Amino acid sequence: MTHKMNRMAAIVGVGSSKFGAFPDKLGRELFTEAFLAMLGSVDRGIETKDIEALYVGSAAPLSFEGQAHLAPIIADQVGLVNRPATRVESACASGGLALREGIIGIASGTYDIVLVGGVEKMTNLPTSEVTEVLAAFADAPYEACTGITFPGAYALLATAYQHKYGLTEEQLMAVAMKNHQNGALNPIAQFYCTISDIMTNRLAKMKEKGQPVPNWRTEMDFLKDPQANPVVAWPLRLFDCSPITDGAACVLLVAEHFAKSFTDTPIYVVGSGQASDYSLSGRRDLTTLAGAKEAARQAYEMAGVHPEDIQMAEVHDCFTIAEIIATEDLGLFEPGEGAKAAEKGLTALQGPKPVNPSGGLKAKGHPVGASGIAQTVEVWHQMRGVAGARQIKNRELNLTLTHNVGAHGASCLVHIYERR
Amino acid sequence: MVTEMEFTSASFYQALRDKRLMGTRCKGCGAVYLPPRQVCFQCRSAALEWVSLTGKGKLLSFTTIAVGTNSMISQGYDRNRHYCCGIVELDEGPRVCALIVGLDTQRPDSIQIGTAVSIEFPDGEDKPSSLAFRARTGHKAS
Repeated sequence: MTHKMNRMAAIVGVGSSKFGAFPDKLGRELFTEAFLAMLGSVDRGIETKDIEALYVGSAAPLSFEGQAHLAPIIADQVGLVNRPATRVESACASGGLALREGIIGIASGTYDIVLVGGVEKMTNLPTSEVTEVLAAFADAPYEACTGITFPGAYALLATAYQHKYGLTEEQLMAVAMKNHQNGALNPIAQFYCTISDIMTNRLAKMKEKGQPVPNWRTEMDFLKDPQANPVVAWPLRLFDCSPITDGAACVLLVAEHFAKSFTDTPIYVVGSGQASDYSLSGRRDLTTLAGAKEAARQAYEMAGVHPEDIQMAEVHDCFTIAEIIATEDLGLFEPGEGAKAAEKGLTALQGPKPVNPSGGLKAKGHPVGASGIAQTVEVWHQMRGVAGARQIKNRELNLTLTHNVGAHGASCLVHIYERR
Repeated sequence: MVTEMEFTSASFYQALRDKRLMGTRCKGCGAVYLPPRQVCFQCRSAALEWVSLTGKGKLLSFTTIAVGTNSMISQGYDRNRHYCCGIVELDEGPRVCALIVGLDTQRPDSIQIGTAVSIEFPDGEDKPSSLAFRARTGHKAS
């Protein structure tokens, strides 16, 4: 099926809260921080009263902070009451879905100016309860009930990948180290630090307490130490997993013909794809996400571009193996080559194919409903050349991509962005 | 063949408690499903029947889990005692997620994809209450 948009949406402003653990803040308050940052980012300004609709992605606000029916509350907080306010849910792809719904709202001609965002407030719950909520994003009566956790589902993909193509722990660790290096340059990141910084910090604390000091000399030494980096779901260890995060992000979309009245540098969304997939047991191949490949196919076709045209990508690295598989599903690398590409540094910030310049879900943090929108926020900064210390250099970024996955790939969204 | 069972998860789990592993088979194209389905995803037919499965198969992928679900934690698993979950391909074709018992979960490197497994029916309170398979040690499925 070929999907076309009657008219395109352009991004003219973005905003994000800080990502991390904020025990004294509600999800709505984090969203408002993102919203105010967005207002300040529109070059020629936007009046809130001109925004016609709100789509907000949030995966499980009822479970995480006891709040159902979130969208009108968010609308109230930011001054949008009486506009249509809709919460959309697609597990960890809720943010990407909000973006797509906003794009469709504009493409249909229903709206000219739409706010899309995402928010999740996850750290109220203890880790065991968060594990339970995330596990339920898989098939509850046939997957989660067997004891498969969210890291466990991706570990099943990692083991299958290892069996088919070969996969070393060093290759997985290369993804984590790279994303932390990028996160160390992103002031909103939950881990605004490299793995080396974390290691140095731990060593200093151990010395201070007079504890025996481990012989860690490199990041790899640290990551290979089962005390520092314990197994969560083999072969995935703690530093293969994205953290539990509070955060919000939002993006202002306008119809393409309006874009230049808000800024000289709008970023156009030229491709949007969305697909679903079977639960794990229904899939023929466990080394790829068929839903992501289908969403990418739709987005490439709509944009009229090819994988080799994409200059940078923000991908859904909820686990290190997920980033490796994502780079293959998107066609950035051949099947079975993603792990090697990560190890060779091809996806590094200033490498030939930068992936997750923001630090990704791994280092920036993963407030599940907000992550898809936070990816778009990063794309906007990079394409406008305002990403600061983590700006991708020596090239004009005219074509980029975001890849947002719900659960273990049962939902996938891919968007392609163009600077003209 | 059991025809009076409704095509529900409740029927499937009741059969499992009665020590029968039941899937559904499409009367149109013959595709076999586990977990049971009401609609065939190969040919979209809604004419399915229950079919008894042998419960023999092989491990397609696996993981050993240190940070488990609450239900597994309540069964005594933790960071020091891991449990194994896997995807099993049954001899009849369908694939299913399950708990895998009878493996050295503290040495995941020793576990092999392709290991032969057999259904482990729930039996008493100390056994798994959802779908589980036992590794047939030393057996590698052909």
